[in-house]
Parts: sequence; structure tokens; C-alpha cells
Amino acid sequence: MANDVWVYIEHKDGAIAPMSFELLGIGKQLADGFGSSVCAFVVGDKIDDLAKEAGAYGATKVYAVEGDVFKTFRGEAYAKAAAFLLDKYKPELAIFRATSMGTDVAAAAAAHLGFGLCTDTIGLAVDGGKAKMTRAAFGGNYSVSVVNEKAAPQIATVRPKAFAIGEKDASKSAEVIKESFALADTDLATKVLEFLQSATAVNLVEADIIVSGGRGLGNEAGFAMLQQLADILGGAVGASRAAVDSEWIPYVHQVGQTGKTVKPKIYIACGISGAIQHLAGMRTSDCIVAINKDPDAPIFKAASFGIVGDYKEIVPKMIEKFKTKLSR
Amino acid sequence: MKIAVCLKQVPDTEAEIKWDIPKGTLSRDGMDSITNPFDEFALEEALLTKENYDGEIVAISMGPEGASDVLRNALALTVDQVALCTDDAFAGSDTYSTAYVLAAAIKKVGDVDVVFTGKQSTDGNTGVVGAELATILGFSPLTQVSKVRSIDAAGKKIVVERAIEGGTEVIEAKLPAVVSVIKGINEPRLPNLMGIRKASKIEIPQWNAGELGVDTGKVGTAGASTKVVEIAVPPPRGAGEILKGEIEEIANTITDKLIDLKVIK
Repeated sequence: MANDVWVYIEHKDGAIAPMSFELLGIGKQLADGFGSSVCAFVVGDKIDDLAKEAGAYGATKVYAVEGDVFKTFRGEAYAKAAAFLLDKYKPELAIFRATSMGTDVAAAAAAHLGFGLCTDTIGLAVDGGKAKMTRAAFGGNYSVSVVNEKAAPQIATVRPKAFAIGEKDASKSAEVIKESFALADTDLATKVLEFLQSATAVNLVEADIIVSGGRGLGNEAGFAMLQQLADILGGAVGASRAAVDSEWIPYVHQVGQTGKTVKPKIYIACGISGAIQHLAGMRTSDCIVAINKDPDAPIFKAASFGIVGDYKEIVPKMIEKFKTKLSR
Repeated sequence: MKIAVCLKQVPDTEAEIKWDIPKGTLSRDGMDSITNPFDEFALEEALLTKENYDGEIVAISMGPEGASDVLRNALALTVDQVALCTDDAFAGSDTYSTAYVLAAAIKKVGDVDVVFTGKQSTDGNTGVVGAELATILGFSPLTQVSKVRSIDAAGKKIVVERAIEGGTEVIEAKLPAVVSVIKGINEPRLPNLMGIRKASKIEIPQWNAGELGVDTGKVGTAGASTKVVEIAVPPPRGAGEILKGEIEEIANTITDKLIDLKVIK
């Protein structure tokens, strides 16, 4: 239907990314607002399992383009297929996750269709028959809401974890509509030669818990301590720009305006003063714990819990307590 | 090889941001401006490419007249040619309109093999203009690039590494390509005094909508499909609680509080 809400299903090498279905929950809410249905759309080489899972998370229909050429992810190929589906069915709204994969597909698909999109969206609502999309701007000091009046569909990429994941009900299933879209390897300009899995998987945007360090750590060794805490909690290690620029930790860990924007459930900031550029990347975290020697550090204004003191004394104590309490 | 680099002028990341709320655009008056930090990596990559493979660099910016500062800075770093896409009609452009104007400029330059852009701007933060630009031009889209391994202009091939979730992807692509680079790909150099002095005397060419051959119905506030409908100041985070006492006690309290959130598995 023309006013359906479509959720793009992200996957990799046949494996279902656990958070692919995150957006079906908010998609359903929006579809209710439009008086329409939430549908999923997917591009891949074998999509049946993905379609089944999408149905269990609430998609009423799954639109798919299948083909060998889509075996491994290629933004260029996936975007062409996604744009084909969106152009054919013209839903009201199509939402993607604001990951590197989701953004590649969304941006190129929007360009194929000839209009803009809203990126890293943190708020979605139905307003006057259109979807109002809200994003943070300038370090989260402002929120800007946009409506795409000319676009069919409106396209948004949504910040991971901005919305709660919907409930799974294995008894539900979706109607699967497979469309043929002819695309050959020779039509494509890019080819993946190899994928080098990183030794320590750093996936900050997906992490529920992040333990982050800044200039106040004083040296590289501080991050080993934070890694220990992160390991106990099953979290990831983040860093401020100052720590990355000091070469204590690689750039992939950087949170903030020139790094990643994250929204974990728990963000523990150690030795981070809380410059506006850092806050821009983490202030929407659910619970922020700040540990800093300087009682006037701006990070305390953003913190749910503040601890004035030396991380070198507090973090080992926290590790000890967590080990006992969580029996690890 | 013909190399293009797109540079955006943004408010200084330390600057206080003012919005023109009725218009839904940034009020840039009296605000310190800099070259978008990500674009400095793009410019450096263009300079390195020229040094390694020979060629010429054209730096392009889109913005008000004041944005010529970022091009002057690029000239000081010895890019060969610059052009500022500027027209009142461009004000209020969204990501697609911006990419559309930049694409027109790159077509006007002609025969470009590789376009470098930063992965995103620090003001708009959208991070999609590179991919949109590639799509409009029909160039290979290469985003999140952490390393350029090789460029073969004669064979029309480029090999890059992309830093994406979980690891590094190595991609071979046909030229022409749009390469959006991330921080850390290189160490941007600073201009020297001689370069700055020389650049200060060069007139910055300006291209308006007509010269670019863009349809003004597709750009600016009139053409942008995404319209700002509301600008708000989000509610401040509630005042937090400062935990006081001996370290032992603090560690006990904070670990309890975090366990109570039922997030730790």
C-alpha cells in the first residue's frame, strides 16, 4: 500500500545481524499512525530465513530482490535493488539503520530516486499525514525535525538503539514478495577483494555498554584497565579524541563529533572532561557514569552518576565488585 | 590523473552555534569558520595522490562567498585549480541538492578520475553527500575509506580499504570513483608562509547556477525535498547524582546501581 512503512533488513554473508529487526518496532508504531502496515525489504542471495525472522518481528510483508550478485554486501548493488523496490511500490517511509552498510544503501538509493534523506534520526512521528524525522544537530544542543514533502518514499537512517526492539512472536509470518531485478557483475563498478576481520571486534554503535577513556587516563596502559572492565560487562571500549590523538588507542574507538555517535544503555566515561565534541557523540546514552578527578569537569553535567576521583583507584575496585556480584 | 577534492566550510567546532529559526538555516554571521576537519584528510589524500601518481588537483567548494577561505587554504597547499560554487539560489540546499551542485561542478571540470571527500561534515553531520555524489555522477562509490592501496589511472582501477563494522573491507573499483575518507587515513600538512602569501593574491573563480548548468528548481530552499519544520532545544539531562564517600563504598554503590539496570548480561 502506498502509505506503508518499510524497514530495510541488514544482513551479512547469510548471517542475520541481531539488530536488523530493531526498526520493525518503531516501524509498526508509525504504520499504526498512518493506518497502514509495516513491511520489510531485503536484498540478498538467500533471503528466506531473513524473511521468516522479519515476520516474527512484526513485518506483514517482506519485499525482496534475490540473486547471486547480492551474495556479499556491495553498497552499489544493494542500493540499486533497494531503489528499484522503493520506486516500484512507493511506500510512505523507508527506514534504514545508520550503520555504514545501512547508510551506504540509503544514501545511494535516495540519490537514485533523486531526493534527500534524513540521517542518524533519533525521533520519528506521524505529523499531518507525513513522517516527521528528528535528528540531533550541533553536539545535541539542538534537535532539528524535517519532513520530506516531495519524496516518495521519505527515507531516514535511524541511529542504532534509538528505539526499543519490538517483541518476537515466532507464530507470526510475513507474506514474501520476490521481485526480479536483473543485475550482472559486469554492471557493477566495485568488487570486494577480501574482508579482514579485526582481531578485537570494535562495534561501538551496537554495544549496550561502553567503557570510555580520555586524556585523564594519562597513558596507553589505562586502556588495558578499561578493557578489563569492559570484558567483565560484555561491553566495548571507547575513547575521546584526545586519547586517540595521543595514539593510546586506534581511531575506530573514537566517540564524538569526529568519531562515532553512540547510544549505549551504559556509558562509563573515565578521565574524560566532557568537551562538547565528545558529548555530541554520547549524550543520548541511557545511563552515563562519569569518573573524573576534576569536580568541575563538564562531563558531570551530563552524567547520571558522577564519581569525583582517580579512575586508577575506582576502576579496579569496580572490577573487583563486579567479579564478586556477577560471580565472574 | 585528474583529481578533484570537495571542501566544505563549517563553523569552528568550538564556536557557539546560532540558528536562524524562522528560516531553519544556520546563521553564519560573526561565526568563526574552518575547513571541515574530515575534508582536511580528503585534501591531504589528494595531495599525496598527486605526489605519488602525478596529476593535477581541482578543489571545489559550495557555499557563500566567505567559503572562498577554505579554497585559499587549499591553494596555499598547492592545489592547481579551485572553484567556488556560489549562488543565492543554493542557500538551504539539502544533501541531494548539494550533491547535485557538486556533481555539476565536477562535470564542468571534466575528465576527473578520482574525487576525494571527507566522510561527513561536522556541522550537518549527514555523511551521505559522498555516496549521493557518486550515484549522481555514476562514479564508483567508495565510502569510509581508511587507506588507498593503489590507483591505476591508465587501467582505470583503484583499490581501497574501508573501515566498516567488524573489520576492514578491501575493494577494487573502476575509475572514476568518489572516495570518502575517514580520519586517520593520513596526517594533514599545514601550509607554509610562502604558500599562504602566494595564495592570498589569487582570485578565486566563482561558478553560479547558470555557469554550472544546474536547474534552480532542484536546489536551495525551493528545490530541497527535505524541509526543516522544527528546531528545538532538547530537554537537558536530569541532574545526576554525585556519589560520595570512601572508594570502597562508592564502588559498591555504583556496581549495585549498574547491575540494577539489568543491562549487564
